[in-house]
Amino acid sequence: MPRDGILVDRPYERLTREQVELIHRASMQILTDPGLISFNKEAVDILDGHGAKVEAIAGDHEIWHVTVPEQVVLKALETAPKSVKLGARNPDNALVMNGDEPRVYLITGSETNIWLDVDFPTYVNKADPAREIRVPEFKPRRGMIDDLCRSAHVCEHLEMVDGYIRTVNIQDRDITEENKDVNKFFASLNNNTKHFMTGLTSLKQLDNVVRMAELIAGGKKALEDNPLISFITCLVKSPLQFVDDTTATFIEVCRRGLPVAVSSSPQAGTSAPIKEAGIMAQINAEVLAGITLGQLVRPGTPVLYGSVPVRARMDTLNDSYGAVETSQYNVDCAQMARFYGIANYSTAGVCDSKVPGLQSSIERLFSDIVVAMSGPQYLHCAFGLLDCNSVFCLLQAVIDDAHFKMIKSFLRQPRVDQAEIDTVLKQIREVVATPQKMYISHIRPVLRSGEISGVYPFEGTGDVDDAFEIAYSRMKELLATPVQHIDERTTARIFEEVPGILPRLNVYERGK
Amino acid sequence: MSKEIVASIKENVIQGRKTKDDIGIDDSLAGTPGVVELTEQAVKGDVSPQMIITEGLTAGMQVVGEKFSTKEYFIPDMLASAEAVGAAMDILKPVLEAASVESKGRFAIATVKGDIHDIGKNIVAILVKGAGYEVHDLGIDVPTEKVVEFVRDEKPQYLGLSALLTTTMTEMGVVITALEENKLRGGVKVLIGGAAVSQEFAKEIGADAYCVDAFQAVKVLDGYQQGD
Repeated sequence: MPRDGILVDRPYERLTREQVELIHRASMQILTDPGLISFNKEAVDILDGHGAKVEAIAGDHEIWHVTVPEQVVLKALETAPKSVKLGARNPDNALVMNGDEPRVYLITGSETNIWLDVDFPTYVNKADPAREIRVPEFKPRRGMIDDLCRSAHVCEHLEMVDGYIRTVNIQDRDITEENKDVNKFFASLNNNTKHFMTGLTSLKQLDNVVRMAELIAGGKKALEDNPLISFITCLVKSPLQFVDDTTATFIEVCRRGLPVAVSSSPQAGTSAPIKEAGIMAQINAEVLAGITLGQLVRPGTPVLYGSVPVRARMDTLNDSYGAVETSQYNVDCAQMARFYGIANYSTAGVCDSKVPGLQSSIERLFSDIVVAMSGPQYLHCAFGLLDCNSVFCLLQAVIDDAHFKMIKSFLRQPRVDQAEIDTVLKQIREVVATPQKMYISHIRPVLRSGEISGVYPFEGTGDVDDAFEIAYSRMKELLATPVQHIDERTTARIFEEVPGILPRLNVYERGK
Repeated sequence: MSKEIVASIKENVIQGRKTKDDIGIDDSLAGTPGVVELTEQAVKGDVSPQMIITEGLTAGMQVVGEKFSTKEYFIPDMLASAEAVGAAMDILKPVLEAASVESKGRFAIATVKGDIHDIGKNIVAILVKGAGYEVHDLGIDVPTEKVVEFVRDEKPQYLGLSALLTTTMTEMGVVITALEENKLRGGVKVLIGGAAVSQEFAKEIGADAYCVDAFQAVKVLDGYQQGD
C-alpha cells in the first residue's frame, strides 16, 4: 500500500481553462520562436532525429539552436506516463502519483551548504538579575555527512514527510567529486526508508548508485518494480538553454528507465519575464522541452513536470521565495501539469528568512498552504530550509512537520451526506431539549477518531513562547529513536561492489 | 463480589461510561453495564456506600484527573466521568441519608442577572457534582433576589457566580452586597468565575475566591473542606 499523502478535494486554481490554453499555445510558439539553445550535442542529435530543426551557432563553443515543432511535443506527451510510482526501501512508503489526481506528497529538500545548529543559552535581565530566560541561538556551519545522516534519520520519523530529498551538501574533507554521489546516496538510504530523490554530482557515478539501489531493492527487476531512487535534473537553464552536463545526466537516467523530475527554475525579473503570463509561458516551454527530450530518449520514461519558479527580490535580485508571486507561479504550474496529465514536482515552504522565527513561519506557511491547496503531486516543501534554500535547520524541519499536520487536517474532505445530516439533526433536537443545552457529550465519539485536529503541538504552559524549546526536545527524541538501517548482508555487498563509500558509514563495522 | 463490582464502577468512571449505552474511551466495555447500572446493582447487593464512593467513584476520578493532567484525557472525557459520578451520587443519596452520612457540602451556582451564558457554569456544575458535592443549579439570568432567597432558605455552604460579560460582571458585587444586607454573607462562601472576571475583581467585590476554571472551583471547595 502506498502512502496516503493529502488528497485535495477541490484544488485551488488561479487560471481559467482559456488562460491555461493560452499559456500552452504561447509555450508551443516559444519552442519554435525563439526556440532553445543547446550546449549538449547528444540532445541536439536526438531532437534532430525526431523532427526538430537544429542549426549550429558559430562561435568559440559548440552550441546549437533548436526549434521543436508542436507535433513533436504533443507526441512525446502521449508517451509520458500519466501515473508514476516512486518506490521506497520500505514498500509501504511508496508514492503513487497520477497526473489527474491532486494527491499531494510532501517531500524534503533541497540541498543546502549550511547546517544551522541550535543552542539555548540563558540570559539574565540586567534590571532584575533574578529573571532569566533561555533564548534560541542559531549557529551556521558547513554541512557534513554526519549531518546528512541525522537529517535523514529525523525525516524518517517525521510523520508528514512522504519522501526524502537530501537536505545538506556533504563537505567533509574526505568527500570528493568522485565519491560524493555514492556517499550521499548511502547516507540517505541507510537512515531513511522513504523514497529518495536527488541530483547527481558526477555522471560517472550513475551506475554505482543504480547498483546500490538494485542491491537494496533485491535486483534489477526488483528496482524496476520498486524504484526506490529517482533523480532531479535541471537540464534547462532559463531562459531556454539545454545545459551540457545536466542534459547528459538526464539522457542517461532516462535510458535506465528510472523516474526523473524535469526541473526548470526561472527567476521572474531576470531569467524570465516579471509578468505572470510571461514566466508561465516560458517555464512551461522549458519543462515541455525536457519532457519531450526524455520521451524521445526512451518512450515511457517516468517523468515529473518539475517547476521551481521564483520571483526576484527587487533589493538584491536574489531569489525571493517568500514573495507571494512565487506561490502564484507554483499554483499555476500545478494547474499546467494537470492539464497535461503529468504529475507535478512543485515547490513551497522556502523562505527568505535566515533563521527560524516569525518571518520564516509566515513566509513558509503562506506558500505551504496555498501551494498544497493547488494539488501538486510531489511537493518539495523545504522542510527545515531557510535563507532561500541555502541553510538547513533540523529544528525547523520538526516545526514544519507539525505545521503540515495542521494543513493536512485542514484539507480533509468535508463529510456532508444524508446520513451525516440525519445524525446531526437528531443530535441537535436531543441537545436543545436538555436543560444544559451542551453538545460536549457528543464530542467523545469523534475525539480520538482523527476528525478533530489537535492543539498547537509546541504550545508552552506559561507566558513565554516555548515553541522552539519544545520542538527541540521533540527533535532530540526523534534522534534517539532508532531507524531501520540497511541489513548487514546487503550493507556488506554494497561496500564490496560500490567503491568510494566512507567506511565510517558502515554501522556494522563501528566498534569492531 | 462487592470488590469486583466496585472495581467495575472505578473502571467505568475512568472510561466515562454513565450507562450501558455509552461507548467510553474505547469500545472495550461496549454493551456492558455502566456506572449507573453498576451502582444500582451494588446498592441492591448491600455494598457499603462508603466503599462505592471511595474505592469506586473517587478512585476512578483520581485516575481521570491524572490522565487529564498528563494530557491523555480532555475536558469532554473529564466531564463524562464527572457526569457518571454525579448520576451515581443521585442513586446513593437516599442510602447515604438513611445512614446519616453527610455530603461534602451544598453548592449553589447561577449565571448572574442580565447574562445568559452558561457553558462555564454548566461545566462547573458537572465537575463539582462529580466531586461529591450536592449541586443546585439556579440557571441563567438569575435575579439577585432569587439568589438571596435560595441562600436564606436552602443554606448552601457555597455559592458560585458566573458572568461572561464585562457589562454583567458587576452584578456579582450586587449579589454579595445583597447577601451582606440580608445578613447571609457569613454563612456562605462565594466563588466567582467567568471570562471577564479576575482575582483582582474578586477582591474588589469581596468574593471569597476567584476560580479560573472548573477544576480550580473543585480545588477551592476541597480546600474549604480541609479547613484551608
